[in-house]
Amino acid sequence: MSLLSNLINGISLGSVYAIIALGYTMVYGIAKMLNFAHGDVIMVGAYICFFATQNFGLHPVVGALLAMVVCTALGVVIERLAYKPLRQAPSLAVLITAIGVSYFLQNSALLLWKSDPKVFPTFFSFPDKATGEMKTGISLFDGGLTITYVAIFTVLMCVIIMVGLTLFTGKTKMGKAMRACSEDKGAAQLMGIDVNFTISMTFAIGSALAAIAGVLLCSSYQTLMPTTGSLPGIKAFTAAVFGGIGSIPGAFLGGILLGVIEIFAKAFNTQISDAVVFAVLIVVLLVKPTGLLGKTIHEKV
Amino acid sequence: MKQLTPSRKKLVNNSITYGIVIIAYIIIQILNAGGMISPAIQGQLVPICAYITMAISLNLVVGFSGELSLGHAGFMSVGAFSGVVVSLSLQQAIPSGPVRLAVAMLVGAVLAGLAGFIVGVPVLRLQGDYLAIVTLAFGEIIKNIINILYVGVDENGLRFSIANEMALGLGEGGRAILKGPMGVTTNVKLSSFTAGFILVLIALTVVLNLVNSRAGRAVMALRDNRIAAESVGIQVTKYKLMAFVTSAVLAGAAGALYAMNYSSIAAKKFDFNTSILVLVFVVLGGLGNIRGSIVAAAFLTVLPEFLRKLNLDQYRMLVYAIVLILVMLATNNESSRIFFSSLRQKLFGSFKRKGGAR
Repeated sequence: MSLLSNLINGISLGSVYAIIALGYTMVYGIAKMLNFAHGDVIMVGAYICFFATQNFGLHPVVGALLAMVVCTALGVVIERLAYKPLRQAPSLAVLITAIGVSYFLQNSALLLWKSDPKVFPTFFSFPDKATGEMKTGISLFDGGLTITYVAIFTVLMCVIIMVGLTLFTGKTKMGKAMRACSEDKGAAQLMGIDVNFTISMTFAIGSALAAIAGVLLCSSYQTLMPTTGSLPGIKAFTAAVFGGIGSIPGAFLGGILLGVIEIFAKAFNTQISDAVVFAVLIVVLLVKPTGLLGKTIHEKV
Repeated sequence: MKQLTPSRKKLVNNSITYGIVIIAYIIIQILNAGGMISPAIQGQLVPICAYITMAISLNLVVGFSGELSLGHAGFMSVGAFSGVVVSLSLQQAIPSGPVRLAVAMLVGAVLAGLAGFIVGVPVLRLQGDYLAIVTLAFGEIIKNIINILYVGVDENGLRFSIANEMALGLGEGGRAILKGPMGVTTNVKLSSFTAGFILVLIALTVVLNLVNSRAGRAVMALRDNRIAAESVGIQVTKYKLMAFVTSAVLAGAAGALYAMNYSSIAAKKFDFNTSILVLVFVVLGGLGNIRGSIVAAAFLTVLPEFLRKLNLDQYRMLVYAIVLILVMLATNNESSRIFFSSLRQKLFGSFKRKGGAR
C-alpha cells in the first residue's frame, strides 16, 4: 500500500513540477534563455492567492484567477524591462540578469510580506455524502490508502494544461508563430511575425502557468515563504532538462518522473532525496545527452 | 602611445593586475594598523580573499574554457570540510597555526581537485546548458553528502559514518569534528588576511601563467571553435579537464581558507546561491577578465556591508539585486553601450579604448 501511496504522491508532486517545467521549457525554446526568476513568480502567485482568499474572503477559484492575472502581468513586465533590452546580449549576461530579477522578487516579497511562514489553507475539502464530515481525500481499502482531492486535481490540471498547450502550439496561429520564432527569429520576422509580441506572449503563458503551479504546490504543502519558489524552481528546471529542454511532452515526462523519484527517495532517506534526484538526472544525461525527448542538433562544420 | 607587441602587452597587463592586488594589500594593512577599518569590514577581509580566489578560478572555467559551471561552491565545500578535518585532527602533530593552515589548504585543494576530476570526466562530455545543469546537480549532491557525513577522530585515526554521532564509535579521548547537518562547531580559527593575500597571489600566478601558456591557448581555442580546434589535433577532454581541475583545486584552497575563518560552519553555506554569487562576480567583472573578477568580487562582498552602514539594512539585498540588474543592462545593452562609449570619449578626449585585460 505504501508503494501505491508513494506513487500517487509522486505523480502529484511531479505534476506540479511538470507545470512549472512547461513554463521554463516554453521560454527556453523561444527566448533561448534560462529564466531563473520563474521559481519566484510561483511564490508571488501563491501569495496573491493567499491574500485574496484569507484577507479579502474571495472564493479560491477567484483567488487563483487573480493570481494568474497578476503573474501574467508580472511576467510581461519583467520581460519588457529586464530581458528585452538584452535580446542581442550573450546568454550569460541574460542569465545573470534573470538571477538579479529572482533576488529582486524574493527580497521584495521579504519586505512586503515578511519572512514568517504563512499557513496556506486547504481549498480541497468537501463534505462526505454519508456523514457530512469535511474530508480532504478519498479513502480506499478501508483507510489503507488515501488519495487527497488536491492530488487528483493537480494531476488533472497538469494533463489539461499539457494537452491545451500541445494544441495551442500545434494548431493556432500564435502557436505557429511561437514555433517559427524558436526555429529562427530572423526568418520569422521576415515572414511578418511580430517576434517581440510572440516572446511577450510566451512569458505571459509561462507566468500564468507558474501562478497555477504556485497555488497547487502550496495547497498540497501548505507553507508559504518568500523562498518557497526557489527550490521547486530549480527542480522544475532540472525536470525540463531531464525531459529534453524545449520540448513540451519532455517537460511533462521529466516533471512526473522527477516527482516520483523524489518521493520514493524521500521514503528511503529524507536527507539524501535531492542527491538521488540529481544523481538520476546525471546518469540520464550521460546516456542521453539531450534529455529523454530532446532533439539532437547536428553540428555543422 | 608606443605600440606594444602582444606578449609585451600581456606582461604589462599582468603586472598591473599583480600590482593592484599588492597595493590593495599594503593600503589595507596600513589602514588596519592605523585602526581606520571598521570591525565589520575587517571581518570581511578573509571572505573577500576567498571569494576573489573563487572568482579567479571560476573565470578559468567560464571565461577561458567557456563552460558554464553552476556548482562551483561544491568544490569550495569539499576543500572547506577536508581542510577543517585535517586542521583539527593534526592539532597535536602540528602546533604551529600558519603551517597547519597551509597543510589544511593543501589537502583541501588536492581533495577538491580529485572531486573536480571525478566530476569533470563525465560532465565535460556534455555541452552548453546541459553541462550547466549537471554541474548544478553535482554541487547539490556534494552538499547533500556532506550534510549527512559524520567524521570523528580518536587515537586510532579518523572515523567516518553517515548515520549519527554515536555510530562513529569513538574511543577514549576521541571527538566528533563534522556533525552532519550541524557541520563543524568547534573549529579553531586560523585564517588571516595575509594568508588570504598569499592565496590570491598564488591563484593569480597559476591562472595567468596557464592562460598564457600553450595549454591555455589550446583551452581558448576549444572555447572559440571546438570543431576547428579538434581538427588541428587539440585534445578536447584533456585541455577542458585541465582547466576544470585547476579551477577545482583553487576553489578547494579558497574553501579551506574560508572555513578556517569561522568557528562553526555547515554544509548549507556552500549551496547553489554561493555558486551563483561567484558566477555573478565573474560575469560582472567580465568573462576572461581576471582583473575584473577581482574588483567585482571585492566590491560586491563589501557592498552589503556598506548598505548596512547606511542604515539600509532592510533593503540591502533589494539594492544588491537592483544594482545587479542595472549593471547588466548598462553593460550589455547595445544603445546604452554606445551612450557610455560616447560619454567616455567626451570625458577623456580621443584616447583609444584599451583592450580587455587578459
